[in-house]
Amino acid sequence: MATASSPAVLADATRDETSLSRFLHGLPGVDQVGVEARAASLGTRSIKKAAKLWAIDTAISMVDLTTLEGADTRGKVRSLAAKARRPDPDRPDTPPVAAVCVYPDMAATAVEALQGTGIGVASVATAFPSGRSSREVKLTDVRLAVEAGAAEVDMVIDRGAFLEGRYGHVFDEIRAVKQACGDAHLKVILETGELATYDNVRRASWLGLLAGGDFIKTSTGKVSPAATLPVTHVMLQAVRDWYDATGELRGVKPAGGIRSTKDALRYLVAVHEVAGEEWLTPELFRFGASSLLGDLVLQRRTQHDGHYSGPDYVAVD
Amino acid sequence: MSDRVSVAKTYKLYIDGKFPRSESGRTYPVTDAEGGFLANASHASRKDVRDAVSAARKAFGGWSGATAYNRGQVLYRVAEVLEGRREQFAAEVAACEGVPTADAMCTVDAAVDRWVWYAGWTDKIASVLGAANPVAGPYFSFTVPEPTGVVGVLAPQSSSLLGLVSVLAPVVATGCTAVVVSSADRPLPAITLSEVLATSDVPGGVVNVLTGRADELGPWLASHADVNAIDPTGASAESRVDIAQQASGTVKRVLTVPGDEPDWTRRPDISRLRRYLEAKTVWHPKGT
Amino acid sequence: MSVWEYAPAPESRDLANLRPNYRPFVDGEFVDGGGDPLTSLNPATEEPLAEVGTASESDVDAAVRAARRAFEQVWGPMPGAERAKYLFRIARLLQERARELAVLETLDNGKPIKESRDSDVPTAAAHFFYHAGWADKLDYAGYGPDPQPLGVAGQIIPWNFPLLMLAWKIAPALATGNTVVLKPAETTPLSALVFAEICQQAGLPAGVVNIVPGAGDVGSLLVRHPGIDKIAFTGSTAVGKEIQHAVAGTPKRLTLELGGKAANVVFDDAPLDQAVEGIVGGIFFNQGHVCCAGSRLLVQESVAEELLGKLRARVSTLRLGDPLDKNTDIGAINSAEQLAKIRELTASGEDEGAERWTSPCELPERGFYFAPTVLSGVEQSMRVAREEIFGPVLSVLTFRTPDEAVTKANNTPYGLSAGLWTEKGSRILWLADRMRAGVVWANTFNRFDPAAPFGGYQESGFGREGGRTGLEAYLHV
Repeated sequence: MATASSPAVLADATRDETSLSRFLHGLPGVDQVGVEARAASLGTRSIKKAAKLWAIDTAISMVDLTTLEGADTRGKVRSLAAKARRPDPDRPDTPPVAAVCVYPDMAATAVEALQGTGIGVASVATAFPSGRSSREVKLTDVRLAVEAGAAEVDMVIDRGAFLEGRYGHVFDEIRAVKQACGDAHLKVILETGELATYDNVRRASWLGLLAGGDFIKTSTGKVSPAATLPVTHVMLQAVRDWYDATGELRGVKPAGGIRSTKDALRYLVAVHEVAGEEWLTPELFRFGASSLLGDLVLQRRTQHDGHYSGPDYVAVD
Repeated sequence: MSDRVSVAKTYKLYIDGKFPRSESGRTYPVTDAEGGFLANASHASRKDVRDAVSAARKAFGGWSGATAYNRGQVLYRVAEVLEGRREQFAAEVAACEGVPTADAMCTVDAAVDRWVWYAGWTDKIASVLGAANPVAGPYFSFTVPEPTGVVGVLAPQSSSLLGLVSVLAPVVATGCTAVVVSSADRPLPAITLSEVLATSDVPGGVVNVLTGRADELGPWLASHADVNAIDPTGASAESRVDIAQQASGTVKRVLTVPGDEPDWTRRPDISRLRRYLEAKTVWHPKGT
Repeated sequence: MSVWEYAPAPESRDLANLRPNYRPFVDGEFVDGGGDPLTSLNPATEEPLAEVGTASESDVDAAVRAARRAFEQVWGPMPGAERAKYLFRIARLLQERARELAVLETLDNGKPIKESRDSDVPTAAAHFFYHAGWADKLDYAGYGPDPQPLGVAGQIIPWNFPLLMLAWKIAPALATGNTVVLKPAETTPLSALVFAEICQQAGLPAGVVNIVPGAGDVGSLLVRHPGIDKIAFTGSTAVGKEIQHAVAGTPKRLTLELGGKAANVVFDDAPLDQAVEGIVGGIFFNQGHVCCAGSRLLVQESVAEELLGKLRARVSTLRLGDPLDKNTDIGAINSAEQLAKIRELTASGEDEGAERWTSPCELPERGFYFAPTVLSGVEQSMRVAREEIFGPVLSVLTFRTPDEAVTKANNTPYGLSAGLWTEKGSRILWLADRMRAGVVWANTFNRFDPAAPFGGYQESGFGREGGRTGLEAYLHV
């Protein structure tokens, strides 16, 4: 296991595989019913008027606009980039999204299309979405993305190794990827739908944070369930606890299945009340989504116009 | 050759597994139905009540914490020892209650059977009164009956053995501990029952027996803050009101009992058991 | 100033259909009560909500007579299957008028609308649904064949859950064939009188349910009335004792659901974040106006500091303010009197050496409010560890071992509820056995269900409400 550059307070946790395992299993358990009840209860917050407009604009600015299809083409990526720049062409005051998220071989196209916009390009990597390949292939994947100009890399952890309890292996892989990223930000996808329990989500979150992930991300979007509110609660709690322990701010990205403004607002409420208002920024919170942006734009119009809008008034891609 | 002089028994109280005299030093004569002298009984005082309650409280943890199977075995053992002393009980019941020995023997048999009936309840009552509650949520919720604590029992004045057993056995079957004030004028079977309890694996303090006046001791039991429930059966009508009022000071459970002593030979039901049990509902989430 | 202020999201006050006057409900009709009318205040604003007629002695008498007649002539003889249908109707009507009732309850009581909307009103309806089904199945309730009702029940309920406590009382009484005369609390009579209207809409026969608003004197009339067979009371232990004293020596049956000083016991292996939620819900739900509130936090020393840090951070996020706002977590204290009591007891805690921490939330200028408060360094000997505060004030104590936790948890004359937090299954069951309390919540808190019996040990009262066990309170068994 590689030596960690974790903050001193947590240095013991990553000394060796045994320490890491002991640390992760020493984290407080997560009661499923309790966390789900809390998420449901926060989900009833009523966000109106100015608070809603602020939230919609903030949510738009947090979107990692994503296309991860086998059928992706350069054309598709370019039109996504266009929407990322100007989510609502009729309303130029609509903020741009945070990033466009693509496969590594599309990164160059996205970078070119977003030149000078300030919008980042995120590339998935490490044999996304399954992560089932050799470390060599995974690191090559990362280098491909970074060399193509991706400013952010969304890696997947080795869920198989995690479920086998080989935490050191997962940890080392994240560290190696982090190194390969260079200046690029690293988002660590836990694929929570495959981890199955909240206890595992908490352990994987800490593992990702200890290994140096800038963000922890719920899902690839290719596994059901993808992001859920309670899973995101657990992850937000993890970055909050990380902050309390180390003073460092790390980010969270739910991805997959977040389609409506209503959903997005519930996530923002969770960010606000579980992690804290410091996290209400694209630096520390992102939505991995494709169709969400359309609904945010639609609801933004409704808020501004005072009447309901329709899908024909919002660009499809 | 002269007839042998019998060895007369000194009747004492039964507190914490021991047989002390009343701390007051008082006694009162017990007579048979015709007024003939039988014995001097200890005249228990409020301080004896205090000692008995503290013994009962001390014994409560162990008795209520014992397995129901164990309690059942101990109580069945009581019945076995009772059975072995049938003659003695019959003689005392006959003398106290002024009934023919044959009738007294029937009463003793009924008392033994009553005790056996309750002994068998220890490990069944929870499944009869408990429940798995089908709540509307991801929780396992179950309700179990638990003994309420220390019970003050004012035993019936007339039925010196069967009545006593009918009011005492349900208390201890539930896992409660008891402070019993025996029939004042007919206390001998109660004291002999104490000897049975002392020699049949019932831990000291689980049952404490005081001989004396229910109307005098009842209010002290009812006002004692460490008593959880009270059965006023042996108290007079006037005293019952006082007892019930005193009991309100610490929200005791007071049994609703008929004005006159019931026919103790009637088949019992579980209502007395129910009175000494508290329903405890436990919840736990179900999740992974 | 937060970067994201939630805009006000008030539920409309108009939904309550508030009327200037409410009147007692006797024998199926609203009547002019002979007592001095009382004014129900909105504790959130201190403004009068409505004038409420109260019952005089003759009104109580008329209500009891109506209930007796209804019991003997209509409700008692009615087959259970028919009684059931009335209860089902009432349950449905409660659901249909849920929004109105929620707003009304919040106005009258001061509790957050999200609680009256998501908890009080739906649970009240659930109680009627649950008990409706029992009405024709009493033979199977475990009390022998054909168990008989007691007759006329006098029921006295508190102000903390006005409609829900009404449901807890009336639903089982009616299901078992009794008729009732119910006195709502002096400060929260409105939802009970709307419930009376629901009884009319359900076509419930006259006299089966009677509602007699008033203060303690009306309660006392019920307690002493010779025409009443049973008294069911929920409220303070002090008043419960008075009632028990008053009915002593009478044939009246009695059940009492009284105060509590519940321990919420947190071990170092607890699911800490959910424990924090349970602690917060346990003491701050309904402003702490809950008899089973987890008002004593017992935390294992090894995790005390970490837990307290998390707890304070979480309590700081609680939103106190307008109870009608859908985002309000902490509403108004129900009355000036209660507020004064909370202030006095909290000050005594400080005087006795507890360390006070209060959430930095702002309090509205008008209305009765008390900011969520945590008193740490509390010892069992302090008043704040022994007396029921009935407000949003948590007393924090520590323990070292499971035995010590049990000893401290049980060191109270009360015995209503207890909370346990540990991920170790065998420890939960060990502790649950030892808690001298009628309800034990393990890794959860404040869960209520009509199917689950609720009630206390010792000075928290006797009798249970809910489940098969709860039927006993209204049957001759």
